[in-house]
Amino acid sequence: MAGWRRSLQLRVVTTTIVLSLVVIAVLGNFLVSRIASGLLDAKVHAALAEAATGSRTAQEAFDSADRSDPSVFDTLVRDLVESLANGGGPAGANEIVLQRGPDLTSPLAPLGVSSSPDIGPDSIPSRLSRAVGSDSAQRFTYASVTEAGRSVPAVVIGSPVVVPTVGVYELYFVFPLDAETASLDLVRRTLALAALGLVLLVGGIAWIVTRQVVTPVRMAARIAERLASGRLEERMRVRGEDDLARLAASFNKMAISLQRQIRQLEDLSRVQRRFVSDVSHELRTPLTTVRMAADVLHESRADFDPAAQRSAELLQTQLDRFEALLADLLEISRYDAGAAALEAEPTDLRLVAARVIEDTEPLAERRGSTVTLSAPRYPCFADVDDRRIERVLRNLMVNAIEHGEGRPIEVRVAQDDQAVAIAVRDHGVGLDAVAATMVFNRFWRADPARARATGGTGLGLAIAMEDAHLHGGWLQAWGESGRGSQFRLTVPRHTGVELERSPIPLEPGDSWRRRRTLAVGQAHRRVDRAGVSDA
Amino acid sequence: MKGRVLIVDDDTPLAEMLGIVLRGQGFDPALCAHGDHALAAFREHKPDVVLLDLMLPGLNGIDVCRAIRAESDVPIVMLTAKSDTIDIVHGLESGADDYVVKPFKNGELVARVRARLRRSEDPAPELLEIGDLVIDVAGHSVKRDGGSIQLTPLEFDLLVALARKPWQVFTREVLLEQVWGYRHAADTRLVNVHVQRLRSKVERDPERPEVVVTVRGVGYKAGPA
Repeated sequence: MAGWRRSLQLRVVTTTIVLSLVVIAVLGNFLVSRIASGLLDAKVHAALAEAATGSRTAQEAFDSADRSDPSVFDTLVRDLVESLANGGGPAGANEIVLQRGPDLTSPLAPLGVSSSPDIGPDSIPSRLSRAVGSDSAQRFTYASVTEAGRSVPAVVIGSPVVVPTVGVYELYFVFPLDAETASLDLVRRTLALAALGLVLLVGGIAWIVTRQVVTPVRMAARIAERLASGRLEERMRVRGEDDLARLAASFNKMAISLQRQIRQLEDLSRVQRRFVSDVSHELRTPLTTVRMAADVLHESRADFDPAAQRSAELLQTQLDRFEALLADLLEISRYDAGAAALEAEPTDLRLVAARVIEDTEPLAERRGSTVTLSAPRYPCFADVDDRRIERVLRNLMVNAIEHGEGRPIEVRVAQDDQAVAIAVRDHGVGLDAVAATMVFNRFWRADPARARATGGTGLGLAIAMEDAHLHGGWLQAWGESGRGSQFRLTVPRHTGVELERSPIPLEPGDSWRRRRTLAVGQAHRRVDRAGVSDA
Repeated sequence: MKGRVLIVDDDTPLAEMLGIVLRGQGFDPALCAHGDHALAAFREHKPDVVLLDLMLPGLNGIDVCRAIRAESDVPIVMLTAKSDTIDIVHGLESGADDYVVKPFKNGELVARVRARLRRSEDPAPELLEIGDLVIDVAGHSVKRDGGSIQLTPLEFDLLVALARKPWQVFTREVLLEQVWGYRHAADTRLVNVHVQRLRSKVERDPERPEVVVTVRGVGYKAGPA
């Protein structure tokens, strides 16, 4: 069945055979019936003529016979039947039945005679004898008679003969059609054989013809697959000027333009990467000088007057911000240029989480948040680039601390057979559902009117998202307005594995919505109990 | 501690600023602005540390690094504006010991330079064995079957750190702290590249290391003595 759907050739050949079978069957039937009716017509024509002559001979014999002696009549009838049966004219062999007419009831009249023991009055169809009895015309019909133990079709021709002084007899000529049947069978067999040969021939032709078409199509498919797998220099062979050659030529044209476009894109990407690299270098060198000079000024600010002192401090902090922004811009443009490459190796994500928590501890202390880490006792290994994962986590931690309003922050690490997840939960200002999808947009702000109170470049989460995608992972946010948020990073344990689920639910168990559902459930139970005690 | 530092950078304001900062920290800086003159300046000044920009007119930073490494084990710290892995790895493979990404803070730069000079203090006499190697810590020599193996000071420090505790598996972060003097986790690629450089010198077959063994998912340890 799969072969049927996959092979055009098989389908075409099968369809051709089926259709030609139908056509040949119709045609064959028509031919056979034409031949049969032709044979039969000739036979009937000859038989009618012969029967007419026979009837005339019989009538004449009866008319001139000596009627005084019944035994003579008997002999006459017997001789007559014999001679008519053995006539053997152009219509072939025949048998004779002579029987009494319907009006001849006298017991004195001699009974009927037949030329063959196999054929008697029973062999004559009653509709024919009724017709013969009604008038003096010659009548015929087809019937099946038994001859030498087997049934054969036959033409039966009847006409009345008048035996003087006795009455009307019916004389029947039975012409078996065995010769015609045999001829017809031969014709049928020959036709069937020819039909079989023809169908096989047509099937073979269809196979060869479709092969001529299908082979280049298959070749095109093969080459298209190779093109798709990156072998851009593959081309089809063009032979002749037919449609298939045109197909090959346009296929090759397509491949060439595809190759050119891919080359162009590659060039563009190269130019972009080069540009990013150059901008990076050109910007960073003077920035370094400025930075160092600012550091020198900042260190000796004690010697300055208050205005210069404050200026040195502002210069220092804004340089930090400028640097962070530049670094993030360059990082995200690297992603945009497709220049980011994953260097993954097995890493215990519990250790990464612990390290990030340790690093961000001073900031958390300043804000008054306590940070707790809950992780399994066993290692949670995943193939990751630990620099990137650390950057993602640091970003999530700093966000949680800065928006956590000094409330506790929980970090969870968990794994299942496919993935490792890290969730950072805070109980601060939170996010609404729209914000939870928007936070990963570049330079997105919850409240555009609100000045950016905290540091941050506005690109941190966008880069974190790119980092997660680079690992084939997920970075998602959940939040409730005023009740905190949870950011969850899920990475597959092995690179290239499609993620299906995360070991940590995105919505934490202590969310307001879940607690409310639980509380409503408990309220119902209390009501139930009250109802029972009342009754 | 008065260390001579050779600054090879074509950006004169930056080179001058580097000079100001290093002089302020008690170093003795010398400047060179062209790749082609770097080796001559190196021979003339005989610095204790080289600060080397990767993008230079004339001979580029990578080539200068190789040329200096060919005739000296002096610590080389790259100044790079590129944080792309490939450039940094390239620089480290050509012989640099450490790198600082522009823009950097003065304190960070000075700490890097100090860390590279630290080892000039005399270590106590100590003899270590790792695999079939014999390490004379004070004499700064590594021998296999009596034959000497040339290592840069940093490669030597890395080998010694591993050999001192052959039972311990070192994470890259721990090695960064012990060998490079990083307080906070920096780039673990430093460790990877240096382990490869070290292996290419001390292993009989660097493809199947026996002296410095990788512990998958954790880090490195010394091979059985």
